[in-house]
Amino acid sequence: MSAVAAAPARRSLDREAWIARAAIAALALALIVTVALPLYALLSRGLESKAGAFVGFANYAAYFATPGVGRAVVNSLVIALASTVVTVSVAFVFAYGLTRSRMPYKGVLKAVALAPLLAPSLLPGIALVYLFGKQGLLKSLMFGQEIYGPIGILLGEAFYCFPAAILILTTALSLSDQRLHDAAVSLGASRWRIFRTVTLPGARYGLISACFVVFTLAITDFGVPKVIGGWYDVLAIDVYKRVVGQQDFQKGAVVSALLLLPAVLAFTADSFVRRRQVALLSARSVAFMPRPERMRDGLLFVFCAVVALAILIVLLTAAGASFVKFWPYNLELWLGHYDFDNKDGGGWRAYYNSIEMALWTAACGTAIVFLGAYLSEKSNRFAAGRMAIRLLAVVPMAVPGLVLGLAYIFFFNDPANPLSVLYRTMAILVISTIVHFYTVAHLTAVTALKQMDPEFEAAGASLGVPWYTTFRRVTVPVAMPAILDISIYLFVSAMTTVSAVVFLYAPDTALASIAVLNMDDAGDIAPAAAMAMMIVYTSAAVRLLHWLGTRGLARRSQAWRGR
Amino acid sequence: MTGLSSKPSYLRVAGIAKSFGDVAALKDVSLSVNEGEFVCFLGPSGCGKTTLLRVIAGLEPQDAGRIERGGRDISSLPAAQRDFGIVFQSYALFPNLTVAGNVAYGLSRRGLGRAGIAARVDELLDMVGLPGIGGRYPAQLSGGQQQRVALVRALAPAPGLLLLDEPLSALDARVRVRLRQQIKALQRRLGVTTIMVTHDQEEALTLADRIAVMNHGAIEQAGTPLEIYRRPASRFVADFVGVMNVLDATADGGTARVGARTLRLSDGTAQSGPVHLCIRPEDIVVRGVGAATVNAVSARIETLEFTGPFFRATLRLDGGDATLVADLSANDVSDLTLAAGQPITVVLPPDRLRLYPRET
Ligand SMILES: Nc1ncnc2c1ncn2[C@@H]1O[C@H](COP(=O)(O)OP(=O)(O)O)[C@@H](O)[C@H]1O
Ligand SMILES: [Mg+2]
Repeated sequence: MSAVAAAPARRSLDREAWIARAAIAALALALIVTVALPLYALLSRGLESKAGAFVGFANYAAYFATPGVGRAVVNSLVIALASTVVTVSVAFVFAYGLTRSRMPYKGVLKAVALAPLLAPSLLPGIALVYLFGKQGLLKSLMFGQEIYGPIGILLGEAFYCFPAAILILTTALSLSDQRLHDAAVSLGASRWRIFRTVTLPGARYGLISACFVVFTLAITDFGVPKVIGGWYDVLAIDVYKRVVGQQDFQKGAVVSALLLLPAVLAFTADSFVRRRQVALLSARSVAFMPRPERMRDGLLFVFCAVVALAILIVLLTAAGASFVKFWPYNLELWLGHYDFDNKDGGGWRAYYNSIEMALWTAACGTAIVFLGAYLSEKSNRFAAGRMAIRLLAVVPMAVPGLVLGLAYIFFFNDPANPLSVLYRTMAILVISTIVHFYTVAHLTAVTALKQMDPEFEAAGASLGVPWYTTFRRVTVPVAMPAILDISIYLFVSAMTTVSAVVFLYAPDTALASIAVLNMDDAGDIAPAAAMAMMIVYTSAAVRLLHWLGTRGLARRSQAWRGR
Repeated sequence: MTGLSSKPSYLRVAGIAKSFGDVAALKDVSLSVNEGEFVCFLGPSGCGKTTLLRVIAGLEPQDAGRIERGGRDISSLPAAQRDFGIVFQSYALFPNLTVAGNVAYGLSRRGLGRAGIAARVDELLDMVGLPGIGGRYPAQLSGGQQQRVALVRALAPAPGLLLLDEPLSALDARVRVRLRQQIKALQRRLGVTTIMVTHDQEEALTLADRIAVMNHGAIEQAGTPLEIYRRPASRFVADFVGVMNVLDATADGGTARVGARTLRLSDGTAQSGPVHLCIRPEDIVVRGVGAATVNAVSARIETLEFTGPFFRATLRLDGGDATLVADLSANDVSDLTLAAGQPITVVLPPDRLRLYPRET
């Protein structure tokens, strides 16, 4: 039985080992070049004079001596804290309704709650201007206050950050233990007491995690304050003004480093919290099944419906304003605002660029992310390279888009860098977007891979089949749902992102989201709303296709995905 | 461990050590396996059986030691070049491939051609009594069927060595016994050298030509099932394989003192000092016993349980210092009209007594 020739297998085996090593090395190198080196360039630039001499923290001292800087720091902190409190409280009740009640229309409510993911962060600002601005329909609700400024930013950030908080909190709340509830009820605990002693502690880590994530999103977001911030200075706008307006890169680097600080802190705390939560959950056993309860379900439904309505109003206002001649005075249906070619900002070209960029990002990003996650989790060769991939894959989560964009300018706009040929091309937009959204995609892939039988690779190897064949024939098909999730996530993120690419686009690579920004800047608010809605339509259509596609896939693979 | 047969040793493992961090999973393990032999690694959970199997398979690099196949050093060869088929504890069947796809997985590079592969797959599935299920997916099969598909997938490329990691542990008792016989028959028929990991002593005793009993990352004893059962080399093996009575005793050359009694030991025993004196329940003799018979001890029957094939009696030795478990045939019980509460004289034959040093 052992008369099987081993000689030809040998050669292919050495080759497959080398292919694995080469792939790991290439991916690790790619991450070093696109993550580590640009960040190094950014941080070191903050310590240099304009001429390039090392000056220590002189730039920082100069920055803080600038009049008005203290105010921007304080404003940023105030806005981020307020947004966190508002968003997380509302999202908590909303998520509680989704997971702990038997209220009707949960599916629709959840879809609406996540809808802001489909829009660039500029959209809520524009819609709020239409609603509460000088000619706004609901201006009277402002009681004489200006929407331009902290109130507008707060509302806009709440809209923009809501889905992130909902995703975290529904996960945390849905993983609760029925047994604890039963025990508390049987001990005669009051409803409030159960909430305080069972529900809140169970969701504690989710709450902490949501606070950190929302705080980071709000303090580093640039789209909302850009549109609706008015005179109210925040750090994110300060970076933009210094770099794009005054070309003061040193100070820009200083502000970026400051923005990196809360994000890194939040990220560290969050990953710590997540680890605790995983440990907490592994001991859990019985999933919570809410019982119908008229009063509670009714109140929660009313609350969630009001919140969902508010989100819909924001989206519909932008849509409505884009389809009529002059909101709200002339409501005649008109498609003129979609005539982007006659406006500044890049025209339809910008939209097609966005599609192209999003397709490239989804295609290349998914392939790279999944292969990277696979090699780092499942290969057993080149341990140092795999470690590098694993470490660098989680760094982008802690890097705000603006900071990443600036870091890319410093790194890729350096004539001494042979990669500077990429500067101001479509390629650099794609690369920066993949990197910007790398971590979430990577963690999705890792989770899917961890759920697979750890012996698949060993089984393939023991049958003499090279790893890349097992990868293609088994791993990829089995992980297909996660792969599709990643590609959709990257596509939609690429359509909506503004913050990193705003520093990197060239006139012929302007994107739809940047066109929104520029048209809004130029006072063409209705066309800006129209372009923002083009992004929403496209993201929504792609999500819908994905939903139909995965349903089809599920039906086709039903045979092997369990009985 | 010397080969008993004249066949050459197929696999030789020498001085294998392997640690995971501070945990020493394997400590200086040596063993050789003859061609066509069926060897079981038997031991409690966590003793390093899987690790040893994976080291042999090339799935886990050893820290030290040497592995040879047919005299050739394969210590650093990757798994795919070792020509070993493996059945994993989880089976690791590819869920998105049909049964035929799974079985053919290792055949595609062997130049059989499409028809050749299909024929081989059918032949293999027939061989384990699963004809005609090639088109189904693993999730549509029962546990026992999955197990056999995994076995056939590992055998498909005709490997020189078959490695099985607790292949039956996930199945219910009835299926387990049936598949046990099937595996044994298949192994005999193909003559493939086989190593199987198990923590189930009955499985090891019925299947293996030779058993390696492992404990704490080391092989405590290797030998035929009969050797292991009759002459356990250590207190651990004695306890782990089968049921064993253990009495605290003090040995002195050819005799041992248990409480106030002195028992004769088999000829040539020269041990002295504190010992564990061990005897199997079925080796305790109750027939043809007189007060003068060597090693006769008087006791009282405390309990008598009917277990089906035999009665299990708990005996309290006179003096009240120790109890023994004895297996008595139904004939013994009826012929001697034994009942609980009754006095009885039993014999502990010298040649069935085993001694192991005792820490005091
Ligand atoms: N990949 C691993 N990482 C760390 N420890 C391991 C790993 N594999 C096995 N061990 C440890 O090595 C010891 C032996 O494990 P194993 O060979 O699986 O035992 P068995 O198969 O006999 O139950 C155990 O203590 C186990 O915890
Ligand atoms: Mg094991």
